[in-house]
Amino acid sequence: METSSKVIVMGGSWGGIQASVTILKALPANYSIPIILVLHRLRNYDGNLQDVFKHKIALKAVEVEEKETLLPGHVYLAPSNYHVLLENDHTFSLDDSELENYSRPSIDVTFTSVADVFADNTVGILLSGASKDGSSGLKHIFEKQGTVIVQDPDEAEIETMPLAAIQAIPGCTVMKLHQIQAFLLSLHDH
Amino acid sequence: MKLDNEAQFEQDVEELIKEIHTQYGYDFSGYARASVYRRIKRFLSQKHLTSMETLRKELFTDSYFFENFLQEITVNVTEMFRDPSFFLSLRENVLPILSTYPFIKIWDAGCSSGEELFSLAILLKEEGLLDRTKIYATDINQKVLKQAKEGIFSASNMPAYTAGYYAAGGKQEFSSYYSSNYGSVKFDSSLVKNVVIYPHNLATDFSFNEFHLILCRNVLIYFNRELQERVFRLFDESMVSLGYLALGKKETLAMSGISSNYNFVDKNNRIYRKIN
Repeated sequence: METSSKVIVMGGSWGGIQASVTILKALPANYSIPIILVLHRLRNYDGNLQDVFKHKIALKAVEVEEKETLLPGHVYLAPSNYHVLLENDHTFSLDDSELENYSRPSIDVTFTSVADVFADNTVGILLSGASKDGSSGLKHIFEKQGTVIVQDPDEAEIETMPLAAIQAIPGCTVMKLHQIQAFLLSLHDH
Repeated sequence: MKLDNEAQFEQDVEELIKEIHTQYGYDFSGYARASVYRRIKRFLSQKHLTSMETLRKELFTDSYFFENFLQEITVNVTEMFRDPSFFLSLRENVLPILSTYPFIKIWDAGCSSGEELFSLAILLKEEGLLDRTKIYATDINQKVLKQAKEGIFSASNMPAYTAGYYAAGGKQEFSSYYSSNYGSVKFDSSLVKNVVIYPHNLATDFSFNEFHLILCRNVLIYFNRELQERVFRLFDESMVSLGYLALGKKETLAMSGISSNYNFVDKNNRIYRKIN
């Protein structure tokens, strides 16, 4: 399988699971762009986030394994207690260094790393959450001329994270979940 | 497309890795790059260095500065009873078998500042094995090795460590293992009386003994596949027949050439046993 020229990277915290399910269930199983999803979760929590997505979305939800290659048709979930990084050859690396914004996985860490590899071919989406994680990573995507989207704070379950991003990146695009769905579908290469 | 400044940075890192190998003997060529890039950027920002050139000059004129760099580049974040289910499994599935040996040798590879070492020692003590076990604790980083045997950790971590201890099947009052003093705690030094610590670089050094149990958790995630393979072979050479290998929760032997020599003892906690 060929690796993708584009990538979508999404992050969320409180309210982020529901928001990401809503977006992802609109996408077909053969969606042409790989998706990386970083959701804050309890540390040392063994429960399987994959199961939450399994029957709700057509795409294949998998937990990131180190050295695995990023491929279309998949949603890659950041594992509990590790940061997710991306290598130039589109394989994943995991990292158990310091918490960032009190979080591991941190959204900032993944957004930044992915933007360093995909630059303007990165689509970054920040969803609901009670944290300021994600803003500086999203700003990094913006500086690399990628596309940055923030969930409309009015619609988000918790507005803290979207508001922090809007403040950090005045040029970002604010969308409601159904608009994010439509936008992602417009990127799909049939 | 990757922007030019990022490509330039990455090229500079490759030069730096070569130069560090020549000047100081540490070989980072097999390290996974995404993490190396991130650690170097983080270090630059912490030290308020504006370019790779200034970093280079500092590194090669000041060996203390290099020590500091080494400590930041190699991740030394660790905690006691990380993944309590792993320690519980070790207690229930591995230590009872190890107890059949008259003398037990364990290698804690990449022991960092000693949190895992003390967790392991506490388990061994509670299972009555500590007095006939020798633990070899190694790390690339000499500075953290000095801390490893001291067992002095921040008191603010103790609530989490205590919870981890009980989740790992702890049998005592956790506080009976340490004394508190001014925001720090010091663990009982008798826990590590049979521990030998010394520097060992998994990227370049060789086998030095044979072990019944090798722990190397969350070290291999920082290595590329080639270096991982080197380390797996090193562990295989250093393992007695029917010995145990414990990896981090997201690390696997599956892609390795030695995988057919090993069986899972506990798949979820990544504990393997050498079967031939």
